[in-house]
Amino acid sequence: MAETSHQEETFRVGETELRVIKGGQGKPLLVFHGELGFPGWLQWLEALAKKRTLWIPLHPGFGKTPMASWIMNMRDLGAFYARFIREQKLAPVDVIGFSLGGWLAAEMAVANSGQFGKMVLVGAAGLKPPSGEIMDMFTMTARGYLNANVIDSRNNPEFAKLFGGEQTPEQFEAWEDARAETARIAWAPYMYTQSMPELLANVAGLPTLILWGKQDPVTPLSAGELYHQKIAGSKLVTFDNCGHMPAVEKPADFIKAIESFLG
Amino acid sequence: MHVMFFTERAYHAVPEDEVFKIRSFFGVPNKFFDAQKGSQLLNEYIDEKIMCDELGFDGLMLNEHHGTPFCMGAVMDVEAAVLARATKRAKIVLLGNPIPTVANPLRLAEELAMIDMISGGRLVPGWVRGAGSEQLANNANPAYNREYFDEAHDLILAAWTRPGPFRWEGKHFHYRFVNPWVLPLQKPHPPIWIPGLISPETVKWCAHHRYPYVALATLLKPTLEMFNMYAKIAGDLGYQAGPENFGYLQPVFCADTEEKAEELGKNFLFGGGFSHFARPEWMFPPGYNSKEATRRLASQAANPNLPGHGLLDHDPENDAELQALKKSLYGTYPEWLRQSQMITGTPKTIVPKLRHVLEVLRPGIFSFWLDGPAPLKDRRRCVELLGKEVLPAMHEIGKELGLTDPFQVKPGSRQLSNGKAEAVGRADLIAESTIGA
Repeated sequence: MAETSHQEETFRVGETELRVIKGGQGKPLLVFHGELGFPGWLQWLEALAKKRTLWIPLHPGFGKTPMASWIMNMRDLGAFYARFIREQKLAPVDVIGFSLGGWLAAEMAVANSGQFGKMVLVGAAGLKPPSGEIMDMFTMTARGYLNANVIDSRNNPEFAKLFGGEQTPEQFEAWEDARAETARIAWAPYMYTQSMPELLANVAGLPTLILWGKQDPVTPLSAGELYHQKIAGSKLVTFDNCGHMPAVEKPADFIKAIESFLG
Repeated sequence: MHVMFFTERAYHAVPEDEVFKIRSFFGVPNKFFDAQKGSQLLNEYIDEKIMCDELGFDGLMLNEHHGTPFCMGAVMDVEAAVLARATKRAKIVLLGNPIPTVANPLRLAEELAMIDMISGGRLVPGWVRGAGSEQLANNANPAYNREYFDEAHDLILAAWTRPGPFRWEGKHFHYRFVNPWVLPLQKPHPPIWIPGLISPETVKWCAHHRYPYVALATLLKPTLEMFNMYAKIAGDLGYQAGPENFGYLQPVFCADTEEKAEELGKNFLFGGGFSHFARPEWMFPPGYNSKEATRRLASQAANPNLPGHGLLDHDPENDAELQALKKSLYGTYPEWLRQSQMITGTPKTIVPKLRHVLEVLRPGIFSFWLDGPAPLKDRRRCVELLGKEVLPAMHEIGKELGLTDPFQVKPGSRQLSNGKAEAVGRADLIAESTIGA
């Protein structure tokens, strides 16, 4: 089956030329990628593209969109995208954020929950886990970190399609860009906002779905449970025998959960 | 010619296999550190520096590393403070303070000013970005390493030279009251030298600031290429670089017999030595490298070609692999000697070898580097021979070759002849046998 066509478009946000991958049809769905950049056109994107127009911005500094040196923390990045949403007249837009991208969505929801219609957080960073620690990508190679994201990196066809084989120089460079920008934003405290548990009170009223791998080795499930507890009315769905990438590790269950939430 | 002595102040009591297991000094668990032994060694190293002062070395060079048995000088300003009082004559040369990893550069400015005061104006401070692992050990965001470096440098110089009190509202550092009371004795501030591993970015920066650049045991050919890049930039800026703009650090092992010297030299490779092993995740933390440097690395990382990876492309999984790795590592020793990366011998045989290095690079600053596990008496004999027999010969050669140091000619004060920069060093003298990769 042929992939739904998708292409890169450029939008000006202040001084920055933001690159956005767009594809599909219907109401917009904003997708925030994680700390290693946009991984590629996955099964779940293909499924969602039938009903929604996917807007997948490539974060500033992650290689394709140039770095914006004023963006030094997650609040800054959130403000950048708030401007983008406002200028593109996307609000209230449904959003889904993965890992670091989940933190970004949460930070934006905290600042102005009205800019979103519905929010999906997948293995989101942003909270200090009540138990366990967020896996530190900065003391590992990008490749080592990626492999450690999933429970079984060797026997997963979706993972192999995206990341299998020898690491290419282009991949190395892209991952180094992603690591550098993540460091600028999230070096310390690592991958969370200290005040997030209190700030999440401002998300009340925003329909929120929290998706988590039960065995997530990167952002422990305890963080997902805390998101669930702090965001009034949110729904938590967990996937058994699944790590940090349910979209890759449990694509069918993942798609089902999102489709039933977004409607 | 300014001749110095340097050692990493290593903790060689660490079991070597622990280093080989992870192919890195950084990261060896500190349960292998014995405080009694550490205390003894640190004092021996300080005594050695005092001995160098008495022997007439011009400079005592210190450096700093964190979280590694490779170097116990985690806060070299402490050692410098001891030497400031315990020595009489030699310059105390700090190459260098890793300023991006120091959260409070104003405090550093004060520490250094005190050392300069106590030493009677013998301090030569220097700055480094710090190795990748230093960023992790100090939790200094590597993505802002260059920005921290530049701003901390400017702040320290301002603290020393701009009348206080003043405010500092920078990008990364913020002070409401900069007014250090104790200022350096040397005016307007102590001379600054910069060490490096021939990264073009640092060489360019030095040329712009007219700071002497000290290459740390790098291969002769690329080192000279970098010196010439410096000289070219200097020319564009309107000055001629001279020997006073350049320095070179080299491992040198001296003994009463050739055999003994070779044995000492071979121990320099203990645990992989300073350059054989490097874990990419610790060497290259996120954003530490410029885009250009990352691009250069990209092809290497795709086909791991980091130092030591040629010997084994994974951590040893069992003792047989570990022993084989160790054997192949020590097997590289003749190559070190062949490339003049290390010099061994008696005073008689060492001097001509050093002369060759000085003729090629023409540095105004030179430092001996002694490291590797060795009985104390052998270390002391090496230092004694270097001080009594090799050092005077170096000074003579320096005079003969016109190797002016930064205390004889102010770096950056030379005029261009005919408005054009002349090349430095003697590339034509690099013998075929010493050309490194």
